[in-house]
Amino acid sequence: MTIPETHAVRHIVHLRVNGEAVVAEVEPRVTLLDYLRDRLRLTGAKKGCNEGACGTCTVLIDGKRMNGCLTLVVQCEGCEIITIEGIAGDGELHPVQQAFIRHDAFQCGYCTPGQILSAIACIAEGHAGSEDEVREWMSGNICRCAAYPQITASVLDAASAGKERN
Amino acid sequence: MRNFTYAAATGIEDAFAADGADIMLIAGGTELLNWFRLGIASPGHAIDIGRLEGLNGIALHGDRLSIGALATLNEIGEHPLVKDRASALGEACLKAASAQIRNRATIGGNVLQKTRCAYFRSEAPLPWGCNKRVPGSGCAARDGLNERHAIFGWADSCVAVHPSDPLVALTALDAEVEIAGKNGRRVVPVTSFHLTQEEAATGVENPAETMLPETRLEPGEIILGYHLQVVPGQRSAYVKVRERASYEYALVSAAVSVTLEDGRIVRARVALGSVAQKPWRLSAVEARLVGVVPERDIVLPILREAMIEARPLRHNGYKITMAAGAAARAIVNAAMGDVA
Amino acid sequence: MSIGTARPRIEGTAKVTGAARYAADNYPDDMLFATTVGASVAHGRVAAIDLAAAMNAPGVVRVLTAGDMPALGKIAPPAAVLELPMQGDRIEWEGQPVALVLAETIEAAEEGASLVRVSIETRPAMVPGKGRLETPPDHFAKARETKGDVETGFHEADFSITNCYFQPSRHHNPMETSATVASWQGDHLTLWNAAQANLNAPVVLAAAFGIPKENIRSISPHTGGGFGCKGFVWPHELLAAAAAKIMNRPVRLQLTRAQQYSQVGHQPECRQTMTLGAKADGTLTAIRHEAINTTSASGLHFEAPGMASRGYYACENIEIEHQVEHIHTTQPTPMRAPVEGPGSWALESAMDEMAIALGIDPLDFRLKNYAETEPVDGKPWSSKKLREAYIEAAGVYGWRTRAERPRQDGVYAIGHGMGTAGMFCARFPGAARVRIQRDGGVIIEASANDIGTGNQTVYTLVAADTLGISPDRIGVRWGDTRYVATGPVYGSSHTMGTGSAVRVAVQEARRKLQLYGAKADGPLDLAELMRRANVEEIVGDGAWAMPDGAPASMNGNGTPYAMQTFGVTMVEIGVDRDLGVIRLRRAVARYSAGRIINPLTARSQMIGGIIWEWGKATMEASPIEPGHGRFLAKNLSNVAVPVNADIPSAIDVGFVDEFDEHASPIGARGIGELGSTGVAAAIANAVYDAVGIRVREVPILPAHIIDGLG
Repeated sequence: MTIPETHAVRHIVHLRVNGEAVVAEVEPRVTLLDYLRDRLRLTGAKKGCNEGACGTCTVLIDGKRMNGCLTLVVQCEGCEIITIEGIAGDGELHPVQQAFIRHDAFQCGYCTPGQILSAIACIAEGHAGSEDEVREWMSGNICRCAAYPQITASVLDAASAGKERN
Repeated sequence: MRNFTYAAATGIEDAFAADGADIMLIAGGTELLNWFRLGIASPGHAIDIGRLEGLNGIALHGDRLSIGALATLNEIGEHPLVKDRASALGEACLKAASAQIRNRATIGGNVLQKTRCAYFRSEAPLPWGCNKRVPGSGCAARDGLNERHAIFGWADSCVAVHPSDPLVALTALDAEVEIAGKNGRRVVPVTSFHLTQEEAATGVENPAETMLPETRLEPGEIILGYHLQVVPGQRSAYVKVRERASYEYALVSAAVSVTLEDGRIVRARVALGSVAQKPWRLSAVEARLVGVVPERDIVLPILREAMIEARPLRHNGYKITMAAGAAARAIVNAAMGDVA
Repeated sequence: MSIGTARPRIEGTAKVTGAARYAADNYPDDMLFATTVGASVAHGRVAAIDLAAAMNAPGVVRVLTAGDMPALGKIAPPAAVLELPMQGDRIEWEGQPVALVLAETIEAAEEGASLVRVSIETRPAMVPGKGRLETPPDHFAKARETKGDVETGFHEADFSITNCYFQPSRHHNPMETSATVASWQGDHLTLWNAAQANLNAPVVLAAAFGIPKENIRSISPHTGGGFGCKGFVWPHELLAAAAAKIMNRPVRLQLTRAQQYSQVGHQPECRQTMTLGAKADGTLTAIRHEAINTTSASGLHFEAPGMASRGYYACENIEIEHQVEHIHTTQPTPMRAPVEGPGSWALESAMDEMAIALGIDPLDFRLKNYAETEPVDGKPWSSKKLREAYIEAAGVYGWRTRAERPRQDGVYAIGHGMGTAGMFCARFPGAARVRIQRDGGVIIEASANDIGTGNQTVYTLVAADTLGISPDRIGVRWGDTRYVATGPVYGSSHTMGTGSAVRVAVQEARRKLQLYGAKADGPLDLAELMRRANVEEIVGDGAWAMPDGAPASMNGNGTPYAMQTFGVTMVEIGVDRDLGVIRLRRAVARYSAGRIINPLTARSQMIGGIIWEWGKATMEASPIEPGHGRFLAKNLSNVAVPVNADIPSAIDVGFVDEFDEHASPIGARGIGELGSTGVAAAIANAVYDAVGIRVREVPILPAHIIDGLG
């Protein structure tokens, strides 16, 4: 390991973003959130607090939900990043997206990309077994419009639909 | 945020270069990036230890449960060994922060996080005194809005509490911290790893003007992991009290570990969180709990009596009663829980 | 019949796919990133600003201070702060912008801001309780109102009670912080702006920059929540436009969360004293409601909580008195439920205390004093079905049989509480245009923003209803001042205003179609009619005006009717005596709010309103640090707002079937803020019911329970 002497060094980071290879050239301080938004213009990831206290910037990194604002791009070498723009299939919304629309699980929509990515992970983790479990494991995403009961219903709905399919 | 250089460590010895000031270690980064943003720290160089091999394991060797410093809070909280043998630690990990943060945050970093005191976590330049930010500037919380501050171990120079959940459980589970540095490895009981303000000021000539340490970690040292003695028959539990039901720091928390025989406590460990700058062990109470039936109405008076040593500030006297209640609840929950 | 059928929102797909564009999602070519440097103290004077270090930071292009700013013209409401930003050296609130850093990246802008050294001559700050009291001038509410004589009323009373109720300053905290992207083309300005009222920024910016407001285009289809803080026009909107003009480059200024706390308002601290007199049979004989709210040093935000005591109950003797206390803080501004939000917290707590003193069920006490007409001026209500709401809610909740339920569930002591909801009725003129296309498709246009209330979907339902066609055939263009200028998305007013205008516009188009054989009523075959018309499109313009062309009508002003919305919330909570925590178990609410156009989105709004109050009642506060006059915390990690785990699914909201022909031609009144009234009191009342502790300040924290139980 060599510690670079100058701050002017930009790092080359290899990512896959929504299935496509991306070579990022960034200062170490650039967060994944700002990179996705300002450089890749994947603006579905939103900035809410920039301190990990709201979850609006949630993305999937190697399948795990994480806060884009608490992740440096330089920490993501070789990582697979999924944003809200990358979850719908060909011409069809992801079942969680459909459930959110059906249950009216959002109002202003600003936290919604983060909620949906968090919900997809919540279901995949096996944390969508009951109302109480969903409420706890979806608490990392604040919705100030407060669509919480509808979000919970959407997650439970999408989780049980997924079980039926399998 | 000031720019910094970045290098990924390729071995543990790379981490020894970190002096904790101009060169800092980053793993999950969930705490560090906020220090950088707020100006709590602004190092010139960051060394990423997040991908070091062999530091994230969770394993049982005999009755010793070992947890690597890079294990994330979700990995620990959901690990069958932790759930079975150290349930207080599992509960504490899963009650910390959010699912997203727990996927990044490591146990090594978690215990090294700094206080959530609102005065401390303010944007620079601070309008008020905070000795943790600017030594010698005073402590605005001492006589300010100190609802969430310490009732044990504080000094006039600082009344902050430590916010970690897992650390409280580790304390009740008699964990040891394994540390590595240029001078080799050493093991420290978790109870003496962190320092209260009083402890940190001991022997310091002018404590109010000095940036006092919060742990016994020396510059250039890193935490490798934790080792817990899993006592047969031990049951443990963690209770976290907060106004918001999730994704919130504790007002007060309690971790206990008890061993029962014939329905009575034969061994107890009780640690309180968010009441001091380190988890506060109620050692005297632990002795008094021996022989006691673990029921609320029996243990609560014992715990309340033990709180007479507390030194509340102007706005946080409620923590005394709350902490006793949380510890009593944790004892009852532990007694009802599965045996390790 | 499209109106009244649950319909998923038309912008749903855009929002779940990330395609919905919010202000800061726009990147015009060559855009600079801006961030403000705020004053670190609440009162003083800027003595010097050292920019050297900031200018040396790579990527920083320029740092603007007061001396760099163009002379701006005088501004007036809808500006929230009448003093122009960065035009002098005076500091009157912490966080007040004193410099603006412009850089090629957000990282460079933020680093630059951290390097600006501001020297301030600090002066003592006025803080709550130590400020300057003043009786505010009459605004939409009067500072002082009386009916009858309260002293007589108290004399006639068998019981009287006086208590003080406190609520701290709080912040709107929408998930999207305020953001403005400004781009000049000569003397024309384009804004992408996080706003609740697209039309407001052009009015204020036109005055400031001395250009016709028609030269300013404001685009903001989606706004990430506002709750009041994006209603009026704030300094950052002027700063972004000024910087873009100076730099001759587009500029984006998105506030950080901390800047949001200091730059776009808050709900002020309110201290209220309620005195009620009642006869033994439960008849209210007197209500005295005194309220003080904090406000900024030179602004005059007048919260008017006492208005609740004017509209909620029949009483012969009412006295309302408001004062403001000037302190050095950012300008307060309306926040989801202003006026009756704070007012109902005090009044509905006091009503519960009086009911208990009288030994009368809280619901019966309210029914006993039911206001059949407007209590002060005696006008008939445009429509009021609160009695039906009380009865339905009580039935669904099991209010009358609550005593038979268990009082304890595990560690939780169970409590039940209720509070009346009521909100003033603000109406604003609306306008809309409908375009019926050659293929029979329909497009509605209006300038209004989408803040999540579901207004665009409401337009489609109103239009579908008026044309007798499926809402699937109707599209909407919105969120751009290029479309017909219509009313704001605040004040619970938009469905009445623009919804009614859509009705009028569609009726106009329908009349035009009569030339080609359209029936006056009933379903139309638009494709066939348009084939006969053989034109590209048929346009209908609609406007809905206030009496005498007024810019607004409050509570039915200018009509023979009093207008208000009504409802009731009943909550069941659990209190953990040992730990002091309070948890919501279920809630039932019923409302009398006129006709509900889209029950799906209306339900979401009411649930959101109840949760908003759960936050107010149990966790939210932005206290001002008494020694320094700044908000103690300006983030979301030290200021709690509700999360999913706080909220059970058992929240049952509903509306009484109603059509208010006087409030609007579509029969609607308003709902957006109604759900956030009366709930905090219901929660406090339930806490009392559970553990016998009366808490007269919100948030009700575990400390209150622990200390109260002793």
